[in-house]
Amino acid sequence: MEFQFQFDWQAAIDSIPFLIKGIPYTLLISFGGLLIGFALGIFFGLLSINKKWFLRWPATAYIEIFRGTPILVQVLFIFYGLPDLIGGPIDPLTAGIAAIALNSGAYISEVVRGGVQSIDKGQTEAGLSLGLSRTQTFWSVVWPQAFRRMIPPLGNQAIVSIKDTSLFSVIGVGELVRQGQIYIANTFTAFEVYFVVAILYLAITLSLSIILRFVERRGLASV
Amino acid sequence: MTQIVKMKGMNKYFGKLHVLKDIDLTVEQGEVVVIIGASGSGKSTLIRCVNGLEEYESGTLEVDGQQLAPKSGNPKALAEIRKEVGMVFQQFNLFPHLTVKRNIMLAPQKVKDAPETVANATAERLLNRVGIGNQADKYPSQLSGGQQQRVAIARALAMEPRLMLFDEPTSALDPEMIGEVLDVMRELAKEGMTMMVVTHEMGFAREVADRVIYIHEGQIVEQGKPDDVFDNPQNERTQAFLSRVLAH
Repeated sequence: MEFQFQFDWQAAIDSIPFLIKGIPYTLLISFGGLLIGFALGIFFGLLSINKKWFLRWPATAYIEIFRGTPILVQVLFIFYGLPDLIGGPIDPLTAGIAAIALNSGAYISEVVRGGVQSIDKGQTEAGLSLGLSRTQTFWSVVWPQAFRRMIPPLGNQAIVSIKDTSLFSVIGVGELVRQGQIYIANTFTAFEVYFVVAILYLAITLSLSIILRFVERRGLASV
Repeated sequence: MTQIVKMKGMNKYFGKLHVLKDIDLTVEQGEVVVIIGASGSGKSTLIRCVNGLEEYESGTLEVDGQQLAPKSGNPKALAEIRKEVGMVFQQFNLFPHLTVKRNIMLAPQKVKDAPETVANATAERLLNRVGIGNQADKYPSQLSGGQQQRVAIARALAMEPRLMLFDEPTSALDPEMIGEVLDVMRELAKEGMTMMVVTHEMGFAREVADRVIYIHEGQIVEQGKPDDVFDNPQNERTQAFLSRVLAH
């Protein structure tokens, strides 16, 4: 018997309406998580360059732990492990957002640290010599310049985090991959469905890339 | 006469390196003091101590009536001093993300709570004074080095300082732009601004300084009126230094 595979376009097209239902979850988890991750990143990133060791040390510990363990283990730990500790279940959506937040927060901390440290110390000296306080100098002189340099690596992290949400199918969040798995269970059209899933991810990440290029160009134009 | 800067027995170390040794120095109101010396002699460090960009280890330092304790032990005095003392840097250190005008408006708005309109008017007046009123809305990177340094001077003047520190203000400039910056400084001196200037521009020192100080390895070895120091140096180290820099 001869083996013959034919890409079934009709099956691919038919799967789209069902798969698209996963996109809001994918976006909610990635951007919800990234938003919190950005706040964590600023907080721990700035702590990690503080002169006081007792502020620096916990920040470094946080960064190393969440950067040094797989995000899959992190989300499994949050979803299956933490309920034992807090004595109640955590819904998959919350677990997913928390995992993206904590994980991207660790990477963004490093982005923040690098961005701030890349600004010449003459900028701080100029601010201080004009009578600005350390806080004023940081937020009105150093941070705006550092943030501009942080845009490309932040965009990179956003794309990584969007793709990371695909792992959360394991805890049953109805995101893109999970929707695909459910659909395939009924139709057995794995090739076509995963192909469409991949295209949908690409559509999201490419749109983000284009927006970021635009933001980057506008941001750098004035420097 | 009011003494704006009073240093007594001031010592400063970078680790084990003893960079300032028992410095005694006073600067009177309205006086222009030019500090000369070889690179690494401690002259920049000396003026950076005046506004607390460098901490010192022992001795006393009083600026505009405020005692600045060793190891920046008095943050309140330091904050007051920085409002009263302007500084111009070798590398300009303009804020690249702000327009020229915003560079000048920032400190009055943040430190003195100056209203937008007042800060704006001050910036325009100062830019005209340093001869670049037509560049207000450009970004620093769009200006020549000489123009950038004049903006930096205007930025410092916006805080209406009682004392201006100049840390090698022309050393990073192309030769043809040095004159325009020195002209602004000369005007400032004429108007009675108290100035401490670290420079290698001996012509400027001779012409504008009320007093020239020669520093060698962290010590003041000679000081006096410019004509005396340049034409008749008493210390052999000063003689050696001047013969090197004035030879060409």
